[in-house]
Amino acid sequence: MTAPGASSPVTSLVTGFVGELRAAGVPVSMVETIDAMRAVEVIDIGDRAGLKATLAATLVKSERHLAAFDTAFEVFFATAPRRTQDKPDGSPASSPGEGGASGGLGEEDLDDLRRSLLQSLLESDMESLLDAVGGAVDRLSGFERGRPVGGTYYLYRTLRRLDIDEIESLLREALRGREGEVSELDRRLVDEEVAARIEQLRQAIQDEIRRRLVEDRGREAVARTLRRPLTEDVDLMHATRADLEALEDAIVPLTRKLAARLARRRRLLRRGRLDFRKTMRHSLATGGVPIDPQFRLNRPHRPEVFLLCDISGSMATFARFTLQFTYAMSTQFSKLRSFAFIDTVDEVTEFFGPGTDFSDALARVASEAEVVRQDGHSDYGTSLATFLERYGRDVTPRSTVIITGDARNNYRPPQDELLGEIAAKARAVYWLNPEPPSYWDTGDSVMSRYARWCEGVHEVRTLRQLEAFVEELSLPRSRPRGRLH
Amino acid sequence: MTTTVPSIDSPAALAESLRTVDYLADDRIAQVAFLAERLGKPILVEGPAGVGKTELAKSLARMWDRRLIRLQCYEGLDESKALYEWNYKKQLLRIQADQDKHWDELEDDIFSDEFLLARPLLEAIRSETPVVLLIDEIDRVEIETEALLLEVLSDFQVSIPELGTITAATRPFVVLTSNNTRELSEALKRRCLFLHISYPDPEREQEILLTRVPELPENLARQIARIVRSIRQMDLKKSPSVSESIDWARTLLALAVEHLDTEVVADTLHVLLKYQSDIEKATAELTRR
Repeated sequence: MTAPGASSPVTSLVTGFVGELRAAGVPVSMVETIDAMRAVEVIDIGDRAGLKATLAATLVKSERHLAAFDTAFEVFFATAPRRTQDKPDGSPASSPGEGGASGGLGEEDLDDLRRSLLQSLLESDMESLLDAVGGAVDRLSGFERGRPVGGTYYLYRTLRRLDIDEIESLLREALRGREGEVSELDRRLVDEEVAARIEQLRQAIQDEIRRRLVEDRGREAVARTLRRPLTEDVDLMHATRADLEALEDAIVPLTRKLAARLARRRRLLRRGRLDFRKTMRHSLATGGVPIDPQFRLNRPHRPEVFLLCDISGSMATFARFTLQFTYAMSTQFSKLRSFAFIDTVDEVTEFFGPGTDFSDALARVASEAEVVRQDGHSDYGTSLATFLERYGRDVTPRSTVIITGDARNNYRPPQDELLGEIAAKARAVYWLNPEPPSYWDTGDSVMSRYARWCEGVHEVRTLRQLEAFVEELSLPRSRPRGRLH
Repeated sequence: MTTTVPSIDSPAALAESLRTVDYLADDRIAQVAFLAERLGKPILVEGPAGVGKTELAKSLARMWDRRLIRLQCYEGLDESKALYEWNYKKQLLRIQADQDKHWDELEDDIFSDEFLLARPLLEAIRSETPVVLLIDEIDRVEIETEALLLEVLSDFQVSIPELGTITAATRPFVVLTSNNTRELSEALKRRCLFLHISYPDPEREQEILLTRVPELPENLARQIARIVRSIRQMDLKKSPSVSESIDWARTLLALAVEHLDTEVVADTLHVLLKYQSDIEKATAELTRR
C-alpha cells in the first residue's frame, strides 16, 4: 500500500470530518482516523451511502454516538439543494428569497404541490418526493440568504403553509381505500403507515432546508449550530422525549461498565495488613521460612443507602433517573431503601422488589405513595421531619443518606437542623441538585442551609455526572474527610 | 462444492452473493462486510437479540464456503477454553512411560504440538484454509477476559510461552457479536469495524420473510411485517425479533391463515412474544378501538 500523502484531498476530508466529530463530543482515536483513511481508499467514494457506512464503521464505536455522527455527516458531506426549474408552460416558479406571505403563489400552485407530494408518498417514490420537497421549500419556506435564523424556523414555516395535516388526512384516506380495511387491526396498521410516511416527508423537508443552510453559511457554521449533546451529557431537566428514551436504554450498559470498574478498583484496595498467623502457617511448607507473606483482606465497603427523592412536578424526571440508575447499581450497596416526598415522605422500597418492571414500579410510586398532605408543593422541612419521625431510628452510622431535589422550599421553613440530626446519626448525607450551582440560593432555593450538614452537594444534571457520583459513593476512601461547615 | 467463489469486487456484489445463501443484507451491512474483508479487520456487530447478527457470520461462511469456528462467550470463559490448554493427562502418561529419559529431553517432548489442545481461537489461527471465526455474545465475558482476544484480533497471532508465537497461516475473517448489555472496552472496539444492526423496516422484513418462508403469500407477509412493526413500537419487556416473526409466519402458514384479523393475532401472539405481561399488553393495544 502506498502511504497516503498528507496532502491528498481524501485525507484532508477525513481529517476535517474527524475534527467535526470530536467537536460534537464523539471520541475518535488516532488509530481509528487512520483506519478511516485506509478504508476510504478501497471503496467507491462516489457512492455517498457507502461512504457514510464506511466512515460510521471505522469512526463510531457506540450506538449512542450514531445520531451525532448522522448529523455531522449530513452537514459535512451535504449534497447540493434541489431547486425547481421553471416550468415549461411559463407559470412562475417563485424565486427563492422572496419571503412574502404567499410569494406570488396561488392556491392552485399550492394544490399542485400538495398533489405531487401526496402522489410520491403514496407510491413511496423517493426521487420524486425529494423533487417535490425541493419545490415546496423553494416556494414556502421564505428562505432568506444570510438571515441568522435556525433551520427549525424554516421547517415550521414550510410545514404550516403546506398544511401538513391536510396532506396527512388525504394520505390516510387514500391508503384506507387502497387497503380495503375491514377491521380495527387494519385501521391501526394503516394509521401507523401514514405516520411513518408523514415522518419521512418531514425528514425530507428538514434535510432540504439543512442543505440550503449549508450552501448559504458553510458547513462549519451549520455543524456548530446543530451539535447536540451526547446521550450521557443530555441535561435531564430539559430532555426531549427521544432523549429520555435514549437515556433509558443507555443506563443499564453504563451501570454494568461502572460496576466492573468498581469491582476491579476494590480488588486492588482489598489487601490489608499483614496476617502474622496465616503467614506462619504458610511458612511450614517452606521449613519455617516465611517466603509467602499473607495479608488480611479488608472487608469490601458496601454502603447502606437511603435514597430520598423529591418527586414533585419539576423534579419528577430527575427522580425517575436517579431511581433507575441507583436500582441498576443496587448490587453495589448492602441495602437500598428508597423514599419519595413532596410535602411529606413515604417509603417506596417495596415497589422496586426483585423481578418488578421498572415503569410499573414508577407508576405505583406516582399513584400509591402518600407524599401529599397539604397542597402538593415541595416542602423539604416537613418531609425531613416526617422522615426523622418515622424512619429516623433505622438510620445508623452505616447508612448513607442521599437526597435529590432542587431545595426549592416554596418559602416554607427549611428546618435544616433536622437534616443535622439525620447527619449526626448517619455515616454521611449527600445532596444531588439538578440545578447549576449559580441558581442555588436564588428565589426560594435554600440549598446552602442544607449544604451545611452534607458531606457533599453535587450538581447532577446528566448521566455522566450521576455516574461520577455513584462511583465516588461506592469506593472506600482512605481516610474520612471533614464535614463542610 | 468445488467451484471457486468469484472474487467480490464491490459491496453490491457481496450483497448479491449473500442473497444466494438466503441472507438479505442491507447496504450498510454489505458495505461493512466488504470493508472488513478488504482491510482484514474484525467486525463488531451490535444490536438487539434476534436481528441476524450470528446469522451474518454463518452466511458469510457459507457464501465463501469456509469453515465456521465459533466461540460462544459466557461468564467465566478463560484462556483454557478460548485459546489453548495443555493436555496434562497425556503429558503425565508420557512422563511415566519415559521414566528413564533425561529431564531436558522429556521437557522438550511434552511441551510440543502433540500435547496441545487447540481451543477455538488457536484453531482459527492455525487453520490451513481460511475460516470465519465467530465470537458470539462477547458482552457476556468479564471486561478482563476481553484482553485475551486483543492479540488475536489485531495481530492474528497467539503467544504460547512454551512454544513461542503462532502466527496465522491464513487470516481468519472475524465477526464478534454483542447484545450491548454492557459497554465493551475501548481497546477492543478500536480494533474492530463497528456495525449496528437494528430491526429492519417493514419492506425489508417482508422480503426476509418471503426469502425464509418461500410458500408465504405476499399479502400475508406484508401484514405480518406491519403488525410486527406495530408491536415493536410498544413498550415491552422483549420486542419480537426477526427470527420470531419468521416463526410466526411459519405458524400462520401451518394454520392455513390467509388474512390476519384481531382474533387470529390474539390466538397466535405467544409465538411472537415470550412474556405473559407482554402478550396481555400487546393484545390490549391491538384490539383497542
